[in-house]
Parts: sequence; structure tokens; C-alpha cells
Amino acid sequence: MLNIVALLNALPGSVAQGVLMGIMAIGVYITYKVLDFADLTVDGSLCTGGAVAVMLIMKGINPYVALLAAFAAGMLAGFLTGFFHTVMGIPGILAGILSQLGLYSINMRIMGKSNQAVSVDKYDLVVSLRYITPAIVVGLIFVVVLIGILYWFLGTEIGSAVRATGCNENMARAQGINTNIGKIIGLVLSNGLVALSGALYAQYNGNADINMGRGAIVIGLASVIIGEVLFGKIFRNFALRLFSVVIGCVIYFAVIALVLQLGLSTTDLKLFSALIVAVFLAIPYWSGKYKATHPAKVKKGGKTDAGN
Amino acid sequence: MLEIKNLSKTFNPGTVNEKQALTDVSLTLNEGDFVTIIGGNGAGKSTMLNAIAGVWPIDSGSISVNGVDITKLPEHKRAKYIGRVFQDPMMGTSADMGIDENLAIAARRGKHRTLSWSITRKEKEKYKKLLSSLDLGLEDRLTSKVGLLSGGQRQAITLLMASLEKPQLLLLDEHTAALDPKTAAKVLALSDKIIEENQLTAMMVTHNMKDAINHGNRLIMMHEGNIIYDVSGEEKKKLHVSDLLAKFEEVSGGEFANDRMILN
Ligand SMILES: Nc1ncnc2c1ncn2[C@@H]1O[C@H](COP(=O)(O)OP(=O)(O)O)[C@@H](O)[C@H]1O
Ligand SMILES: [Mg+2]
Repeated sequence: MLNIVALLNALPGSVAQGVLMGIMAIGVYITYKVLDFADLTVDGSLCTGGAVAVMLIMKGINPYVALLAAFAAGMLAGFLTGFFHTVMGIPGILAGILSQLGLYSINMRIMGKSNQAVSVDKYDLVVSLRYITPAIVVGLIFVVVLIGILYWFLGTEIGSAVRATGCNENMARAQGINTNIGKIIGLVLSNGLVALSGALYAQYNGNADINMGRGAIVIGLASVIIGEVLFGKIFRNFALRLFSVVIGCVIYFAVIALVLQLGLSTTDLKLFSALIVAVFLAIPYWSGKYKATHPAKVKKGGKTDAGN
Repeated sequence: MLEIKNLSKTFNPGTVNEKQALTDVSLTLNEGDFVTIIGGNGAGKSTMLNAIAGVWPIDSGSISVNGVDITKLPEHKRAKYIGRVFQDPMMGTSADMGIDENLAIAARRGKHRTLSWSITRKEKEKYKKLLSSLDLGLEDRLTSKVGLLSGGQRQAITLLMASLEKPQLLLLDEHTAALDPKTAAKVLALSDKIIEENQLTAMMVTHNMKDAINHGNRLIMMHEGNIIYDVSGEEKKKLHVSDLLAKFEEVSGGEFANDRMILN
């Protein structure tokens, strides 16, 4: 039975989770949408970020410095995938899977055991689920600053080369762009963001867990797709598009809270998420097929560029 | 200018699909040469252009441009010397990026890309003028995504991109083949104009014999991975389609009827 009060109580927490994991979803947007690269490193690098941050904080390092270190560790993970793909010629999906697998061992090495807790009572954490409203505010500040930096970077000559790499490799190479470097830059940036998100999320939860990244790529894809379906038509500006991914992530966590309230068990959640994402991924394919078999009549007076 | 020596290329060596696409091809272009290239399907025309552009490594031989040996350079490094327009209008531009962004990327071909803004205001003004000179109604669509344009418009943009940063060599591979006749003629005229104004050295593959005769100062015919005919200057000007046909029948044993070469 749906318990409205319980759901409303859970909602602020979902918003905080959605905002903090939304940074991970922005990372997924960079690889999946900008680079056209389905990067499965994410499941590993999210945990790497959490592990690095938690261990450093436990050593007495400033939590903000720990976030930077987590970002750098994520960048290294992205570089590893880029290296597998470009230098060793391994197909993109497989390169990500290999990194993800290797990162499991590395994450275990970093943490020493499968779970490490940091208490907000003992350390001055950046965010904590004990203080949900500040966590949301801090998360949103991170989101806005990061979107600003990404907006700037992808507008530079180098950023534009990365976008061209993702859009049309042939064109990029013909215009003198080293597409291998373009892909590596995208992967490094993306996984840096993912790890940063993991570092914030671990602090929020008060612990880093070896399984915290499992299924993260699916959450990221879901956020990208939800954001696109809901806001794709109204948000044309790139910065707003990135923001819609974060909103997508918030909605994802809200829906999860809802289905949990409806009685779905937490272990069934992953199947639920996988199926939802599968359906949303199928929509463009199905609608393409539908359009191919049901050609739309040309709108009267509509301006078209079809033909030559 | 361009010097190709003993160039050979075999695809899928050692498999049932083994195909020797170029056999010991040598060719020297002079500064300012505009060469048209004809030949039947599978003659090796695209393979020769791709070898020059560095799409994949060649088996043997050497390629140099203005004395620089580019044989071992990767494709993106050769782009410094070479501008290209492909047969497929989708291939030369980034569909998700604006016309201005595509042009700005091309303007930095062969240059070091930095963290400065990818397109300046001054550039935008320049591109606007360039676009209006195309006469394709694009001047007010500077920031439109290239994916919204027609094939002909995209090829015209790709031509601009290939020549914005003056290349030492321009490679056109049947770049009008996918367009309707009227648009093809427009894009061809634009190619002529750009080559002449910038005094470019160019190679243009075409399956239209008349175009091959009417454009450029030199004509090459390829057959089964070899250059079998090479005329230039006055001799080329006097050529007729019938001469090319005779030449073609001579080497192919009169089998050309089912080829897609266009006679008129
Ligand atoms: N990338 C490739 N892989 C395998 N075979 C190829 C490739 N490119 C061209 N070929 C083969 O090489 C031969 C020459 O092709 P091409 O140069 O494209 O001919 P064309 O003169 O029509 O442009 C053809 O038999 C073609 O099938
Ligand atoms: Mg060809």
C-alpha cells in the first residue's frame, strides 16, 4: 500500500541523492551523448571516487581536497579506458568493462575492506544525509559550477575538437583532429566527474562501499534519457541540457522512492531500472521504424530542406 | 608538388577477399595542376585518394607533398597539407554542430588547438560573407545545425571547409555524385571557382566523362589499379568523349556497357 506520508518523508532524500548522483549523470552525458561512446567504466570509477575521498578524509585530509583527489583518480580511470580503446584497439564497450573489472581490485586496495565509514560527527564532511537541505544546496552549487566549466570547455577550440570527434570521426580527422586524443579527453573528463560524484555520494551516505557503483551507468543513462524526453524540446542551450540531466536524475530517485513505497523490494530494484532504461532506449528505435513505415505527410507551408 | 612513387595497396591480404587495389602506381603533379580522374567501378580511384590522405597505411611506395615525405604520417597530421571532400555529403561535416562551428574547426586545420574560444566574432562576420557568396540561402543560417541542410548545401560547406585554410592539395572524390544534376552543376562550378581563386593543386574523381574533359588541365584514366592514360594541356583540350570511350574499350575489352560511367 502506498503510504503518502512515508513517501513525502523520503522525497527530500531522493532530491539530494538525485542532485549528487546527477554529477555522475553529467559525466555519462559527456561520453554517451557528446562522445557517442557507451562507457561502462562508470560502475568502477564511481566507487573509486568514493573510496579515495573516504580514505583521505579518514587520514585527516580536508574533505574538499579529498574531492579533488577523487576527481583526479577518476580521470586516471578514464584514461585507462581511453588507453585500452585507442592504443590497444579494444572496442569501446569492452574497454570499459575491462577498466570496471580492474577497478574492483584497485578499489579494494584503496579501501582495504569492502566498506569504510566516515562519520559526520567526527569529520567535517561536505555533505551528509543528516543535513538534507544543506546537502541539496551544496550539491546544486557543485552542479552549477561544473556545468559552467563544461560549458566553457566544450566551447573552446579543444572542446570543439572533442565534440567533432564524437559527432563525425571522419570529418574530425580530415580537419586535422587527433580523434584518439579527442576520445581520451572526453573519457578522462567524464570519469573525473563520475568519481567526484562518487566522492560526494559516499560522504552523503557516510561510507564508501565496494558495490556503490554497481548499476551506476544505468542510473546515468536513465537520467540522460529522462532529461531528454522531458526537456529535449524546450532546452536548446547546452548548459540547460546538462541541467536537465540532473533533473532527470532527481526524477529517477523520486520514482525509485515511489516504487519502494509501493512495496518493491530493494533487490528487485535493479531489474526494474534495467527494464525501464531498456524501454526508453528502444523508443527512438521504435519511433524511427514507425516513421519509416508511416511516412508523414509534408506539412502545408512548412519549410523543409529535404532533397537538394 | 605531389609525388607518388611505386604505390601499392592490397586489401585483406591472405584471405579469400584479397584485392589488389593499386599496383605500383607512380604519379607526379605539378604546382597548380587540376587533375580529373576517371575509370570504371573498382578501378582504384578512391583507393589512390585515400592512400594520399592516409586513411590506412600503404603496402609499399612513397608519397610526398612539396618535398615533405608524408608516407608515414597519420591521417590527422596529413590534414595540414590536404583538403578533402567526400562522395557522401554526410561524411565531410559534423551534423550536430552549427555551420559556423564546422567552419571554425576547418579554419584551424593543421594548427595547434588551444583553450581559447572556438570561434571569434571576426570569424563569424567572415563566414557570413563566405556563405552569402555561395548563393545557397545560407547567409542567415550561420548557427543552424549542419544536419538540417540538404546534401548540396553540405557539400558546398565541405568545399569551403577544405579550402578555408589553404591546402597544398585538394582531393575531391566524386563529390557531386550523390546530388541531383542541377545541384551537382552548382557544386562543380563552386569547386572550379575555389580552385582557381586559391590557385590550388587538385585531384577530382568523377564518373562523368564530359566533366572530366571540361574541367582541369590534366586527365588521368585508371583501370584495375593502374594509371593507363594521362593527358594534359592542349592534348587534353582536344579530347572528346569518344576518345575516352575508345581508350576504355581498348583496356577493358569492350565491357563498359554495364559500367556506370556517364557519357554526356
Ligand atoms: N576499405 C576497403 N576494404 C576492402 N576492399 C576495398 C576497400 N576499399 C576499396 N576496396 C576494393 O578495392 C578496389 C578499388 O576500389 P576503389 O578504389 O574504391 O574503386 P573506385 O575506382 O570505384 O573508387 C575495389 O575492388 C574495392 O572493392
Ligand atoms: Mg570511388
